[in-house]
Amino acid sequence: MSETSVQAPPAAGAAARNGQPLLELQDVHTYYGHIHALQGISLEVHRDEIVTLIGANGAGKTTTLKAINGLLHPRHGKVLFDGRDVSHVPAHELVRAGIGQAPEGRRIFSRLTVLENLQMGGYTRSPREVAQDVERVFALFPRLRERARQNGGTLSGGEQQMLAIGRALMCRPQVLLLDEPSLGLSPILVQQIFAIIREINAQGTTILLVEQNALQALNVAHRGYVLQTGRVVLAGEAAALRQDEMVRKAYLGEI
Amino acid sequence: MQTQRSIRLPARLDGSQLPFVAAIAGSLVVAYALVGPQQFSNFLTIGAVYALIALGYTMVYGIIELINFAHGDVFMVGSFVALWILSGPLGLHGSIDNPALLAVVLVGLFLVTMLILGALGIFIERFAYRPLRNAPRLAPLITAIGVSFILQNIMQAFFGPSPVNSPQIFTLNARFDVAGASIGYLNVFIVAVAVALMIALQLFVGRTRLGRAMRSTAQDREAAELMGVDINLTIAFTFFIGSALAGAAGIVWVLYFGYAVFNQGFYAGLFAFTAAVLGGIGNTTGAALGGFVIGFLQVAAAQYGYSRWSEVAIFGVLVLVLVFRPTGLLGQQLGERA
Repeated sequence: MSETSVQAPPAAGAAARNGQPLLELQDVHTYYGHIHALQGISLEVHRDEIVTLIGANGAGKTTTLKAINGLLHPRHGKVLFDGRDVSHVPAHELVRAGIGQAPEGRRIFSRLTVLENLQMGGYTRSPREVAQDVERVFALFPRLRERARQNGGTLSGGEQQMLAIGRALMCRPQVLLLDEPSLGLSPILVQQIFAIIREINAQGTTILLVEQNALQALNVAHRGYVLQTGRVVLAGEAAALRQDEMVRKAYLGEI
Repeated sequence: MQTQRSIRLPARLDGSQLPFVAAIAGSLVVAYALVGPQQFSNFLTIGAVYALIALGYTMVYGIIELINFAHGDVFMVGSFVALWILSGPLGLHGSIDNPALLAVVLVGLFLVTMLILGALGIFIERFAYRPLRNAPRLAPLITAIGVSFILQNIMQAFFGPSPVNSPQIFTLNARFDVAGASIGYLNVFIVAVAVALMIALQLFVGRTRLGRAMRSTAQDREAAELMGVDINLTIAFTFFIGSALAGAAGIVWVLYFGYAVFNQGFYAGLFAFTAAVLGGIGNTTGAALGGFVIGFLQVAAAQYGYSRWSEVAIFGVLVLVLVFRPTGLLGQQLGERA
């Protein structure tokens, strides 16, 4: 484990990163019972960036997202959102504050219709805004419009992922957390999902993307963090990480 | 925008609902043929009471997977609250013969009692069940039994151990004859109120923002939280509605049977729980259906001179249904989640 040796400097990047980060984790530690899951994660996400967290199973990627969205509260360290300490704010209030998430495994409400799933995504907003944004999501994912009256559980995996992303967009998040959006999808669908992630970002939503598919993630992201057993072992520009020897060996499947 | 606030039935009354509606209508005709007009009206009335209580069992189970064994006693408290309002503050002794006044009293009685009972439900959830939300499942279950004893004993302390008579505000001879049977207006009123409350509940759960939040929370609590749903508030509200409906059942009981007693919630609760399981626990339509099935079994057993066997019939049918349809008559099929 080469935790200290490969700490690349987070160089100034493509997206303008002056000033205060939109989202910042400072030395965050979390526990599941006695298990020390996150062992001091620090990271920054700036406005309009796509930042990716890559790493193996159990590295702490999903746990990091839970520390951000309020489902887990850090025992040490801080989560700052827009400069405000939100370490102990409950999850449902963070949605109002502007953190939206498409969770791991999609977690569609299978016995609600597609439309109702989207309406749930806009739970914190007024009915008129919801009606407008439903149209916006349908424009992004025309497939969902065709299926609007079907139950969520009847959709295919790819459609469910579109619904999960669309549902997360309904709260008009300032930062969108995406947890393994490509999981279980066919290669063509993976391409589609990543194209959509780019488009959402181009429309002005900051994205924090957790992926096992490191190559795709680094292609779409501006910057990345590599996690290993609850620590950040490497951070930098996505292009630099793609060239990094350790990343290539461990995560891009090169020998 | 076609997506919002157009008036459409939640149950989407299209062709797919026809077999269900036909089955219900057919069952009603068979029931009528079996027990005759007099007992038919009794069955609908008693079934309505069980159905109203069963809704609370099924909603609470749906959202936190707790069999709330205190729910029958919440119904019992509802009866006493109604009885007390009628004889205490209103000081009534006999019937109210002025229809307009009767209507005003009834509306007020339902509003006040249901609000008080809803508040009781929130109180019970807040102090008995919420602290145990992440405890092993046996803990809240046993707590529910404890709450049941507490409610029974409080009511016994206030009203004594014997049945307390309530003023009969409906004149007993307010009846009409149809098909050779004499039906009380009270029966008609009770069935109408129960059906209206059930339709209101379906509309609420099916069409409103809060109703959607309740269904989402029932399906995936964490995902609902990530949508911005305040889980505590939503669960508290579920208890409010379930307990208010039990309160309505309590009023109906007092109006119909003319008394309340501290342990009336035990059997009624047990039957209503059976109704909820029979219909498919977690499913509100199923709970209502189950309530009427149980009401029918009870009345039919009495009609044929086997009233002492009515419990055997009820639980026998429950066993049969669970053997052949483990998720109940209208239960969710297992393994639906992708």
